[in-house]
Amino acid sequence: MSKGWPLWEIFVRSENGLAHKHVGSLHAADAEMAVQNARDLYTRRNEGVSIWVVKSSDIVATDPSQSDELFAPSEDKAYRHATFYHVPEGVKNL
Amino acid sequence: MYTSISDGIVEGQGDDREAAFNERLDRGVKVEPSDWMPEAYRKTLVRQISQHAHSEIVGMLPEGNWITRAPSLLRKLILLAKVQDEAGHGLYLYSAAETLGTSRDLMVDALLTGKAKYSSIFNYPTLTWADVGAIGWLVDGAAIINQIPITRCSYGPYARAMVRICKEESFHQRQGFDVMWKLAHGTPEQKAMAQDALDRWWWPSVMMFGPPDSQSPHNAQSLRWKIKLFTNDELRQKFIDQTVPQAEQLGLKIPDAGLRWNEETGHYEIGPIDWDEFYRVIKGDGPCNRERLQTRIDAWEDGAWVREAADAYARKHAKTESAA
Repeated sequence: MSKGWPLWEIFVRSENGLAHKHVGSLHAADAEMAVQNARDLYTRRNEGVSIWVVKSSDIVATDPSQSDELFAPSEDKAYRHATFYHVPEGVKNL
Repeated sequence: MYTSISDGIVEGQGDDREAAFNERLDRGVKVEPSDWMPEAYRKTLVRQISQHAHSEIVGMLPEGNWITRAPSLLRKLILLAKVQDEAGHGLYLYSAAETLGTSRDLMVDALLTGKAKYSSIFNYPTLTWADVGAIGWLVDGAAIINQIPITRCSYGPYARAMVRICKEESFHQRQGFDVMWKLAHGTPEQKAMAQDALDRWWWPSVMMFGPPDSQSPHNAQSLRWKIKLFTNDELRQKFIDQTVPQAEQLGLKIPDAGLRWNEETGHYEIGPIDWDEFYRVIKGDGPCNRERLQTRIDAWEDGAWVREAADAYARKHAKTESAA
C-alpha cells in the first residue's frame, strides 16, 4: 500500500458577494492537484466560481473540551444584544 | 488551548460522557469530528460510511460496462456524467469516514481484501441496455429512499455528504426512468427488453434495504444513535409503494404473483423475499462478486505508478520551493 497523499480541506465561493464555504475534503499529492481534483469533485454543477484548498494539517481549531469556557460567556451577557433593551411604547426608528 | 481538526480523537472517560452524549443526541445536536463519542458509535459509523463509499465505487462497474455501447451520443454523455457522479459520491463518503480517524488506505485495503462489504446489488450483471435504465430507476430510486433520511442523521460530516449525494441522485433516477420509458414505448422487442430488465432487477432492488427488521442486528442501536431514522422494512415499504405505480405507468409488470394493494392499510403487499439469495450474494457467491473485486484490484494496481509519480513530483517541487 502507498503511504497515501495528504488530505486537503476544500472551500468554495458559490458566487461573488458570498464567502468561501467549507464543502468537504479530498486527497492530493500537492496543492495544484488538490485544486484540480476539487474542481472535478465539488463543482460539477455550477456550485462555485472560486476554490480554496488548505492542507488539513495546517488548520488550527479550538479545543472542543473547552467549548464551555470559550463560548458560554456570551450567553450571560444578554446586554450585548439589541433585544435586551425595552423600547418604550411609541418610540420609532430605534 | 488549541487543537488540529485531524487529531480530535479523544479517548472515552466513562459514563458521564456517554450520558452527556446521549442527552445531546436527544436534543437534536449533531456530532462533529472532534467531539467526544462512544467508541461503538464511531465504529458503527466507520463501518456504515465506508461500506456506503465502497458501494458507490463498485457501483460504477455495472453501468461502466455500457458506456462504450450506449445507443446514442447523448445517452453516452448522460451515462458518463452519472458514473462520474458515483465516483464523486464514493469520494465524499470516504472523506466523511476519514473524519472518524480511519484512513483512506485502510478502507481501500479492506475493500480489496474482501474484508469490507458493499451493496450486494452490484454483484448482478448488466446484460442489456435496458439494465442501465432499470438501475437508474430502481437501484438509484431505492438509494434515494435510503439516503434522504441520512441527510438528517446525527453525524455532521455524513449528513452533509448525503445532502450533496441526494441532489445528484434525482438526476440518476430520472435518466433511468427515461431510458425505461423510451424502451417501453418503443418496438415490441424494446418493450420486452425493458420487461426483462425489470424482471431481473426488481427483487435485488427490494433486498437493497437489508434484512427484515426481525433479523437486522444493527437496527435498534442505530435508531437510538440517530444514524438510522427508519427501519429496513419501513424504507422497503416506501420503495414498493412508490415504484409499483411507476411500473404501471410504464406498462410493465412487477415480477411478483403475490403483489396486491391492501385497501385497509393503504400499502402494497408483496410476496415472500428469497433471503437465501440475499445472503448467498452478500457472502460472495453472486453472479459477479469475483469479477467486481478483481476489477477493483486491477484498477488499484494498474494505477499505482500514477500515484507514485504524482508523489515524486510533489516531493521534488516541495524541495525546489524550500531551496528557493
